[in-house]
Amino acid sequence: MTKELSKDFAAELAQQAVRRGASAAEVIVRQHTDFSVSVRLGEVEKLQQSTDRGFGLRVLLDGKQASVSGSDFTPQAVNALLAEAIELVKTTSPDDSAGLPQPNEFATTFAALDLYDQEIEGLSTDEKIALALRAEASAREVSPLIVNFEGGGFDCSCGSMMLANSLGFAGEYQGTSCSLATVPVAVDGGRMQRDYWYDVRRKIHDLDSPEAIGRIAAERTLRKLNPRPVTTQSVPVVLEPGIAATLVGNLFQAISGESIFRKASFLVGQLGEKIASEKLTMIDDGRRLKGLGSRPFDAEGLPTRQTVVIRDGVLESYLLDTYTARKLGMKSTGNASRGLVGAPGVDAGNIYFQAGEYTPDEIIKSVSQGLLVTELLGFGVNIVTGDYSRSASGIWIENGELAYPVQGVTIAGNLKEMLNAIEMIGNDLDFRGSTVSPTILVGRMVVGG
Amino acid sequence: MQTDAIRFFFERYALTFRELEQLLAVALARGGDYADLYFEYRTTNSVGVEEQIVKSATKAISQGVGVRVITGEKTGYAYTDEIEFQAIKRAAETASHIANSATGATNLEVNATPNSHNLYAVATPMSEVELARKIALIHRSDQAARRYDKRIREVQASIADEFKYVMIVSSDGRLTGDVQPLARLSVSCIADDDGNLQVGRAGGGGRIDVNFFDEELTPEYFAEEAARQAIIQLDAIDAPAGAMEVVLGPGWPGILLHEAVGHGLEADFNRRQTSAFSGMIGERVASELCTVVDDGTIPNRRGSLNIDDEGEPTSKTVLIENGILRGYINDRLNSGLMQTPRTGNGRRQSYKHMPMPRMTNTFMLAGNDSKEDILRSVKYGLYAVQFGGGQVDITSGEFAFSASEAYLIEDGKITAPVKGATLRGSGPESLKNVVAVGHDLELDQGVGICGKDGQSVPVGVGLPTIKINNMTVGGTKK
Repeated sequence: MTKELSKDFAAELAQQAVRRGASAAEVIVRQHTDFSVSVRLGEVEKLQQSTDRGFGLRVLLDGKQASVSGSDFTPQAVNALLAEAIELVKTTSPDDSAGLPQPNEFATTFAALDLYDQEIEGLSTDEKIALALRAEASAREVSPLIVNFEGGGFDCSCGSMMLANSLGFAGEYQGTSCSLATVPVAVDGGRMQRDYWYDVRRKIHDLDSPEAIGRIAAERTLRKLNPRPVTTQSVPVVLEPGIAATLVGNLFQAISGESIFRKASFLVGQLGEKIASEKLTMIDDGRRLKGLGSRPFDAEGLPTRQTVVIRDGVLESYLLDTYTARKLGMKSTGNASRGLVGAPGVDAGNIYFQAGEYTPDEIIKSVSQGLLVTELLGFGVNIVTGDYSRSASGIWIENGELAYPVQGVTIAGNLKEMLNAIEMIGNDLDFRGSTVSPTILVGRMVVGG
Repeated sequence: MQTDAIRFFFERYALTFRELEQLLAVALARGGDYADLYFEYRTTNSVGVEEQIVKSATKAISQGVGVRVITGEKTGYAYTDEIEFQAIKRAAETASHIANSATGATNLEVNATPNSHNLYAVATPMSEVELARKIALIHRSDQAARRYDKRIREVQASIADEFKYVMIVSSDGRLTGDVQPLARLSVSCIADDDGNLQVGRAGGGGRIDVNFFDEELTPEYFAEEAARQAIIQLDAIDAPAGAMEVVLGPGWPGILLHEAVGHGLEADFNRRQTSAFSGMIGERVASELCTVVDDGTIPNRRGSLNIDDEGEPTSKTVLIENGILRGYINDRLNSGLMQTPRTGNGRRQSYKHMPMPRMTNTFMLAGNDSKEDILRSVKYGLYAVQFGGGQVDITSGEFAFSASEAYLIEDGKITAPVKGATLRGSGPESLKNVVAVGHDLELDQGVGICGKDGQSVPVGVGLPTIKINNMTVGGTKK
């Protein structure tokens, strides 16, 4: 590692900003090496490798704030950007809530979260290509109806993040991730369908086998063939884990300090209130071992933690960074996040609905007429009002059995009603990502045919 | 401000023709059909007002070179953020590993090729404007939105701009460059009527001069538009559900074309035969009223480019002519493999990304009907004039897009605003149900961002008022 890419560089630049007139400053440095291979029909289609580096500087001056970022680490380029930052900050407005956290809030010890896998760095290009090819080959073997592939491949990344500020905080951590996916296309009766399956983990040994990924991708694609129409009706809706996870994502937005302080959420003012079925508990855990959303400190240097957001249907906590906490007269929950440029925002660590007691089969068996949703299209979720309307595909349920595929229906409701209508929660929680959920059953939604 | 991109890179980084030729030779040292180097230097600025104060201002500079090697259907890619011979050479060596032949390229000669278009030679791009002037513009938006109605409780207004130098040198021997300004002013408002909260959003811009915001679309215009949408939604009723007649207003509702046909006609999906439109050239995919084009050559538009990110001049491509599928949106790799013409649609998010076929400005040509006649002809249906985002599964053709401002039509009259509703359909089928096309073609005001395969690029869309029979609307009204 070259000298400039260390937390010393970050700490020094923050001090330099103060010497140049800033009242406080914070520097983030990121470096990562990425590899990506896509394969198709048994051949490598794209191969990409690269190393990325960049730094971001946030300066404060009497409550005013500005930030700059660059990837040129030469002293001239860094100095020029520093000068720009000092100029910019003079023009913005004072904001009582802006600023670094209090010195006593910073993380002083860094939890070992097992985020780094030495083995990923050691993988050869051929080994990585082989993983991708095995997943595709396994999907092809499932059925002669699998005739084509849209893509698929193996990606991995090794990176480090360093953060320092003028109040003396300095920290760094490293992490890896790897993912494997395949996207089969099946044809029957002249109509094509496509689906995919994947896994993503911190460590290569935790990744599902290429054979399992390929087989599930093929099965998911085949079950979409020959969809039938349904008429508009109000029925129970079962959300697969990947689909239920999008609901976790919608809820995160609604309880993020950024939406709350702007009063731009259907959950404003609901702290301590029952907002969902008592069966529902939602947790954000920034410290889960090997979690894709885990990190020892947040983007302002505060320790991460586990926060119960919803307990038995009652909203217990928002997720906050320092700015939104000050706006609301609360304490940060250690959820600051940032890119290279810009002020911090709020992001979740590993956020999920807690697992319930039912197997996915038991949930489906409980439905006499309804829809198992396996895919969503479109962006029809309004966090301010809770209004929800999206295009969906899935499998129709008749008398507790999966009967036939349906495509291009709409599902609509309101998040408030949907949360209260959650009747069953599956036991199939799996951390395939950082926003996850088990299967859930929503008692009633309008399915538009 | 340097206005010649090739000169910018040659002077700033002391590059020579000889070095570029050497780097291409390194990229092709193990064989391969083609190699190119994509140089980029980009400055991005943003400033926003919220709660009536300027909370933040940002500036980001990024620069780098991407090296690509193509052999048959395979592509090798590597990039560096150091614009310096040895660093680019290392990237070229990495990319070269995709090819596997004993003999490499020899005798490459590169020559500068001038651009045939000059679509956005602006006197003062937004990135050259001093921060105080930008702040004055967004304060005007803030004030105008608050003046519009006392129920407008919060306003966020921002200006985001970028200024990008690109230079592409290819083993075809061509050296091309472009200077690309881009700016957008955005306003979002929250209306609060005794706890009934609604949002409205508006914005626009393009590859424009700063005077655009004084002379064409003002900060007040965008603010009033955002405020109007938020206020209207306060009285919105549940949207209907099921199949019905749908009228789309002009302009941004052209996102329908982007999702329903545009993505499905990108050449990469069609070469792989994974698009619902694969193999359908010459077939009817829309009613005869529909002619759809992708045009990257409209002056100052957000989706326009003098050259694409492979150095090819952009063009106007007819995708659907009187309902018949005519052509694809193409880049170099896919046009070479499919033996179809290049259309200047090879685009990428940045030097960190490989180019692929992408849309520029996609719209339907005007027809003969008046908006009033179209609305009058609807017994019961939906009139949708503003949309959020859309999405498509190009293999099944299924698409969905979400209306943010829509009205119920009953007996030919607009009766009530309805809550956000999703419209869905199947790409190769839904345009067959277009039964009327207005004479009021409008392009959108310059806000579009298209995502594909993890890459975002600015795009434009456009539409005249059209009527579609039998389109599924996802509402909550039983």
